Amino acid sequence: MYTDKVMEHFLNPRNVGAIPDADGIGEVGNPVCGDMMTFYIKVKDGRLQDVKFQTFGCGAAIAVSSMVSEMAKGKTLEEAMKITNELVAQELGGLPKNKMHCSNLGADALHKAIEEYQRKQGRPVEIKAGLEEEQNIESGELHCPYCDSVLPEMAELCSRCQIRLIRCEHCGQFNREGEETCHHCGAGLV
Amino acid sequence: MTRLYADRQAASPLKEEVFQAMLPYFRDNFGNAQSLHSVGQKAAEAIERARLQVASLINSQPDEVIFVSSGSEANNLALKGLALANQAKGKHLVVSAIEHVSVLKSVKFLEKLGFQTTTVPVDNFGRVSVSKLAEALRPETILVSIMMANNEVGTIQPIRAISQLCQEKCIIFHTDAVAAAGNIPVDVSELGVEALSLAADQFYGPKGAAALYIKKGVKLTPLIDGGNQEAGRRAGTENVPAIVGMGVAAELARKSLGERTARIKSLRDRIIEGVLERVDQVILTGHPAERLPRHASFCLKFIEGEAILLHLDLKGIQAASGSACTSKSLRASHVLLAMGIDHATAQGSLVFTLDDETEPEDVDYLLYTLPSIVQRLRNMSPLYTKHLQEKKNVHG
Repeated sequence: MYTDKVMEHFLNPRNVGAIPDADGIGEVGNPVCGDMMTFYIKVKDGRLQDVKFQTFGCGAAIAVSSMVSEMAKGKTLEEAMKITNELVAQELGGLPKNKMHCSNLGADALHKAIEEYQRKQGRPVEIKAGLEEEQNIESGELHCPYCDSVLPEMAELCSRCQIRLIRCEHCGQFNREGEETCHHCGAGLV
Repeated sequence: MTRLYADRQAASPLKEEVFQAMLPYFRDNFGNAQSLHSVGQKAAEAIERARLQVASLINSQPDEVIFVSSGSEANNLALKGLALANQAKGKHLVVSAIEHVSVLKSVKFLEKLGFQTTTVPVDNFGRVSVSKLAEALRPETILVSIMMANNEVGTIQPIRAISQLCQEKCIIFHTDAVAAAGNIPVDVSELGVEALSLAADQFYGPKGAAALYIKKGVKLTPLIDGGNQEAGRRAGTENVPAIVGMGVAAELARKSLGERTARIKSLRDRIIEGVLERVDQVILTGHPAERLPRHASFCLKFIEGEAILLHLDLKGIQAASGSACTSKSLRASHVLLAMGIDHATAQGSLVFTLDDETEPEDVDYLLYTLPSIVQRLRNMSPLYTKHLQEKKNVHG
């Protein structure tokens, strides 16, 4: 099910833990969808001097967190903001399609930590324009809850994995038909 | 590497006698049971022998047993076949919130055809409340389907009390006994049910063989139309080797049930007591006493089931989980949620289903192995960190 690389990172995750005096902290996920990640960063001279994480989640979520932390360490903030879920999945030798959303979480948590640092510095938050993979609700891009493909606004069926879809009336994100609560915001689905 | 295969609910190896009994029906006795000639009749006789063996396991008449391909098919046939055949009386169905998906999705299908359903809740132990069920019954209720034992948490339902209720109101009662049959006594006349599903792979028989008991005189609409197999209630050339295997497995299960149960229960209790003692922040899911003899299930807080399973597998222990990440659909177990367990806790679901051949030393190996895996995962969990901080704050 998982590549050797994923299993290796899952069994020996790098950079696990918290940074008590972190310069930025990014938290993503919720227990409804299953995974929660917290990234801690330490910044020196515009570079990520240290990156640590804590993850509640499956094998993929732990491996992704570990990989993201390794990829980000030592990079400039600009470079780290360019780490995308596609790149993380690639570095791990691929992820099962229903686990692609885990790699989103990893990159998102790191980016959130960087954004928090930049806010604290009084600098404008980096606009991640041009990053196709960015899939925040605010960005308006919609993704399949199962395989993470980008979906058109009116999709009823994911063209890649063929699951039937239903949109959350509360946050607008797509969920799998038959779900009772939204994976993104936890609201009840009609 | 396998040291302790504790996922018997998912699959078990065939008993040797079952395997040997099936072998001739792949090649030597290859006949089609519908053929009139002697080769075909050999297959027909084998099927009828198996029907008698399955009937003995559940104390029914042989002609009340319909062979099907799986527990899911048995449940589909029961729900759809009974609802469609009896809709002249009404179109209301009652199920519980923790039924198998094959029941719940059959009900969804029937709703599209104009049937209405009431889903009765369960308590924190996963037990259906008989009084709530009584309230759900209406004059137009035609079918109640409540599983005998739950496959995810092992809870056994008060089937006799429910069947009495249904009998008083002349409502057909189906029970999904897939997880129960072969593992606890199942007697259709004692239970007072009109329909009951069971599957061979739950008692060391082959996959691909299951049965639906339908009490004589109860109307059923077939789902597969075609030839006159299974008295016209399930068309399609019979899977003779699998049916033969199911028959032999049923006979073995019936004969060994008493002696197996005591041993397996003591192994189960060893796991339950051991896990509760050695791991903190863990809950036993399902009923503490009214549960399947082979079934030990838990929710381990602050960590996720799939990660636990991967670690256990590398240590030679195979188990199951109802966490969202483990399921292909990325949904947390509807059973755990229906029992009032929150999403985060349900993520830590861990299920062990044992076998009477499991050795106590292997259980001890599990109890030795699990705590360090749990601690390892908790050490990287943000929820556990939060828990420790809260604990610290409370204590000053």
